[in-house]
Amino acid sequence: MAKPAPTVSGSASVPAETPAKQLGPVFKAAAGPAKWTDERIGVAKLSRPFIRKVFPDHWSFLLGEVALYSFIILLLTGVFLTLWFKPSMAEVEYEGTYQLLRGLQMSQAFESSLAISFDIRGGLLIRQMHHWAAMLFIAAMLAHSLRIFFTGAFRKPREVNWLIGVGLLSIGLVEGFAGYSLPDDLLSGTGLRFVDGLIRSIPVIGTWAEMFVFGGEFPGDLIVARLYMAHILLIPALLLGLIGAHLALVVYHKHTQYPGAGRNDGNVVGYPVFPVYMAKAGGFFFIVFGVVTLMGGLMQINPLWTYGPYNPAEVTAGSQPDWYMGFVEGAIRIMPNWESHIGSTTWSWNVAIPGLGLMGLMFGLMAAYPFIEAWVTGDKSEHHVLDRPRNAPTRTAFGVAAMTCYGLFWIGGGNDLVATQFHVSLNSVTYFLRVAVFVGPVIAFIITKRICIALQRADEERLLHGSESAIIVRDPSGSYSEAHVPISQEEAYALTQHVEPKPLAPLTEQGDLSDKEYKAEQRRRKATRFWFLDALRKPTRAELEEAAHHHDGGDHDGADGDGHGGHDAKALGASSGARRAAD
Amino acid sequence: MSDLQRHGATDHELATVDSERFPVPDPGEPEHLPRLTDIDEAAANRATRQVATMFGLVPILALIFVVCYFAVPKDAVVDFGPLHTPAQHVIFGLTLGLALLLIGTGAIQWARQLMDDHEMVDHRHGAASSNEDREYVITELEKGIDESGITRRKVLGASLLGALGLVALPGVVLLADLGPWPTRKFLERTLETTIWKEGIRLVNDVTYTPIKAEQVQIGQLINAQPENLQDFHGTEFLQEKAKASIIVVRMNPNTIKIPESRKDWHVGGILCYSKICTHVGCPISLWEQQTHHLLCPCHQSTFDLGDSGLVVFGPAARALPQLPITVDAEGYLVARDGFDVPTGPSYFERDSRNDFKRGDN
Amino acid sequence: MRFLTARRRHPAAKALVLVFALLVMGALYSALAPSSKSAADTSTSQQVEEGRALFAVSCASCHGLNGEGQTEGTIQGPPLIGVGAAAVEFQVATGRMPMARPGPQAEVKASEFTEEETLALAAYVASLGPGPAIPEPADYDPAGLSEEEIARGGELFRTNCSACHNFEGAGGALPNGKYAPSLFGVSNLHLFEAMLTGPQQMPVFSNGVLTVDDKRAIIGYLNELHEQPSRGGLALGGLGPVSEGLWAWLAGLGVLVLFAIWIAAKGVKAR
Repeated sequence: MAKPAPTVSGSASVPAETPAKQLGPVFKAAAGPAKWTDERIGVAKLSRPFIRKVFPDHWSFLLGEVALYSFIILLLTGVFLTLWFKPSMAEVEYEGTYQLLRGLQMSQAFESSLAISFDIRGGLLIRQMHHWAAMLFIAAMLAHSLRIFFTGAFRKPREVNWLIGVGLLSIGLVEGFAGYSLPDDLLSGTGLRFVDGLIRSIPVIGTWAEMFVFGGEFPGDLIVARLYMAHILLIPALLLGLIGAHLALVVYHKHTQYPGAGRNDGNVVGYPVFPVYMAKAGGFFFIVFGVVTLMGGLMQINPLWTYGPYNPAEVTAGSQPDWYMGFVEGAIRIMPNWESHIGSTTWSWNVAIPGLGLMGLMFGLMAAYPFIEAWVTGDKSEHHVLDRPRNAPTRTAFGVAAMTCYGLFWIGGGNDLVATQFHVSLNSVTYFLRVAVFVGPVIAFIITKRICIALQRADEERLLHGSESAIIVRDPSGSYSEAHVPISQEEAYALTQHVEPKPLAPLTEQGDLSDKEYKAEQRRRKATRFWFLDALRKPTRAELEEAAHHHDGGDHDGADGDGHGGHDAKALGASSGARRAAD
Repeated sequence: MSDLQRHGATDHELATVDSERFPVPDPGEPEHLPRLTDIDEAAANRATRQVATMFGLVPILALIFVVCYFAVPKDAVVDFGPLHTPAQHVIFGLTLGLALLLIGTGAIQWARQLMDDHEMVDHRHGAASSNEDREYVITELEKGIDESGITRRKVLGASLLGALGLVALPGVVLLADLGPWPTRKFLERTLETTIWKEGIRLVNDVTYTPIKAEQVQIGQLINAQPENLQDFHGTEFLQEKAKASIIVVRMNPNTIKIPESRKDWHVGGILCYSKICTHVGCPISLWEQQTHHLLCPCHQSTFDLGDSGLVVFGPAARALPQLPITVDAEGYLVARDGFDVPTGPSYFERDSRNDFKRGDN
Repeated sequence: MRFLTARRRHPAAKALVLVFALLVMGALYSALAPSSKSAADTSTSQQVEEGRALFAVSCASCHGLNGEGQTEGTIQGPPLIGVGAAAVEFQVATGRMPMARPGPQAEVKASEFTEEETLALAAYVASLGPGPAIPEPADYDPAGLSEEEIARGGELFRTNCSACHNFEGAGGALPNGKYAPSLFGVSNLHLFEAMLTGPQQMPVFSNGVLTVDDKRAIIGYLNELHEQPSRGGLALGGLGPVSEGLWAWLAGLGVLVLFAIWIAAKGVKAR
């Protein structure tokens, strides 16, 4: 029950005096400035729809917040860094405090990064916080998008927000890459060299793109300044805009919620923005900030001074990009060396396919999935109650298969570290992964789907037979069985609340559909069978009542030894079989 | 009830009535159960004290941060277990980090234990606009379009679109000077040329001392450069280095394959190869003395230097270019000629027919 | 003196002066030339005998009784003629040799021999043929190097060594199950000897090309690098972005998820 909010008259001409008796001391003090502002901006009118907006509470809803707060931390620490960083590739001789690099030639970018790390008090802390926050930003976005995917939160009306999210993730990758290439150290410079070779390898336009990006031959003297512009101006502006749109849509659509008693597609149950959600969200912001600060102070990241300045003739063993580029790195490593020499031209499939193709494939599939699933189900209604992953076995299996594929490429990116840490042959790891990235996802798909269906069966057990009570009953004939306790209606409702798209049999006649429409519809129906045939159908109300009645009135004979007490195993088997969602 | 609006029928009714969609009817919101702090004043006071303490520690930590900023010497080091780090850095991280964390945990504890935890129910409106809104907008749009006169005078619209479209062209063209245009002439001058020429001495990288052939032992690897690299500075220096870097290795001539066409490219088993990987351009110097294999640390392309630099593993597609060398009158290694193919990664316009392939001689 | 001057125009004078000049040049050369590669056997013959006995027991089964090597059969070992005392000291003192079992990599383990025995083995192998001698402390002790020289050592390290051993000397992968080992905790003597002799797959960096001063600068750089405090906190293995990414997920996101679970948890109810 909410406390009554103070009301303010909406009259345009003369605002009514607010009755002072109703207000607490805080409002008394703020009344003057509040009135002044409201008379000019209409603050009360603006905040009315939002002030008690309801947000559901679940830990998995905080993953997106981790990303948002990491972004804010990046902005704050980033501004600090820009006060000292020099985005110039002009060569200087180092005369700073770090003796192990004394007298060496390096770019101003690297020199100023060393100055931030050693000569500005707290500079290294802020620099490391910035880098840790960047890693966390992308990790949180990825975890958040997985949560959205597995709970089906991308369904109507949230497809646009999903696309914005895919945009945020892909742009975030580029932003991170631009950021860690700014100090012009040996490791990130080697990464830039890789990108130079990658751009160059694009068929037809490669050298044009390379010259236009670097302003000439690699490394040129422009790339750091250009990446700096992209990193502090262009991309943050894009990100801010997209984040704004992303959050606005969340507020407009209201947040989704997990199934549960009292919840349905027509309402949202949770805590009001003011004060509970604000306190929790605001508190979490400080927790994220605190954790990032502790990481920045206690865990070393990107020790530029040990890498040294970039030198095209130097390289380190174990050269990897930051983790979020790992999957591309892995693809580049395990790709077979296919290159075509056609006349006087060279077509570098070995670089272009993994370098560009893989990212395009990943983000393309991500972007397309909501529309694919919408086409398959033909579902045009809005969905605000989340799916439990087990209730969408094919979607969940696709998700796990994609994670497996991504994960295997990721491991490929560190194949030399896998070799040294686990004492295996580097070459064997590569050969294994070449096969595994194709076979692994298929195996993962099959296993995940089976696990989901098994979990659905476990739910069905609870619905029909209740939960095990650990009370053993011995019947007169001498057999033992375990008594079951029926589950609460709240739980039963939550277990049966989900949407069940139906698999459809093929059309038997064309009717008045055109040939094209007929073929498309048959394809769609085939897809529905692939997607939904294997999933378990919810028990009907009649079946539930019958099962309850059976338990109440029936004996608890453990005749079939399965501990369910008094069940006709055959009937159970038959009804389970019938519960396969057939049409 | 607070100010909430109803927009249409709720599913709650559906959830009771529609037994096909909802086999179990919605029991409604669960009863609100009180927390300990709701019924026990002492517990509530305890929680209040906890929150106040957490908030209260923050200014202390902030103050310690400020004091340590000025007071802790720069060379003081913290030695605690595996942590071996300058003290100022650790203290900054700990004090600021804990301060921020405590604000957060205080706020959360306040929300969880002391703030009213009754859940509220808000009703959803469909994402779509109402029919009246749609009709109003469409009507007014049509009125506006009619008022603009564009439907009667179609040339207005067409010419506007054309104007807006083509005025963007200067914007695009302005980017044409982003970099030099890679014409054939340009490529020949840049990507396809290195500073290696006949007679240029091979020198050690970093020290620039020349290399005497007799000092090079079997199994030796030398990271080397052309001596005229020192003529360049700044950006040009790096650009030339990125193409001209070489490695020199010596192997027993009886254990390697020297093709007919390259029999005078080596000096008694001393061979010279480009250091720049033909995959995407990382410098390679991971050489296995006994197998003669050269491994690039970036993506594990492996080249057999005892077989004209052919690829034996990994994503690189072309053999490592070899530099023909000889000795000068004083016994120092010199280039006999420049590279016969462009060094470094592939590009579309590259004529790769001259690279050494398996089966070549 | 008058004897020689009186015969200065003797027909044999020219020939005799020439022979004398040759003898003088030869003596000067052997006195002044650097004793590098072809280091003479400075050990006593007793040490060589002790070494021969140890060799016969511990090394001959793979390397042959006279160090001639075995390149056929199931047990193989390269010839040791000309590898020099430095190579033996390195291999034996680091425990690489004798190998516990055949495999792609000779692993570092506790040495089976005392320092005396190691030197005896080295003396014996050195007697088989001239090779690099065990360096003097002045060669590999980096004390007294200036800051600039140490920084130059860093450049040399990153140009010649980090491609295999990684930017910090933490080691790296080689093909087919081999690896370049970590350089942490390796003595200055062994760092020098490894560069000089090129053990197993490591290439040779002879003193004629990578001079003794260059090697000392590299050793100085490594010493300083490993001794200095890790400026940013826990070093997380010195393996670069891979371990950093792992910690971002575990310590970063993992800890935050734990906090999130606390924030949204229903909590203990009073009834």
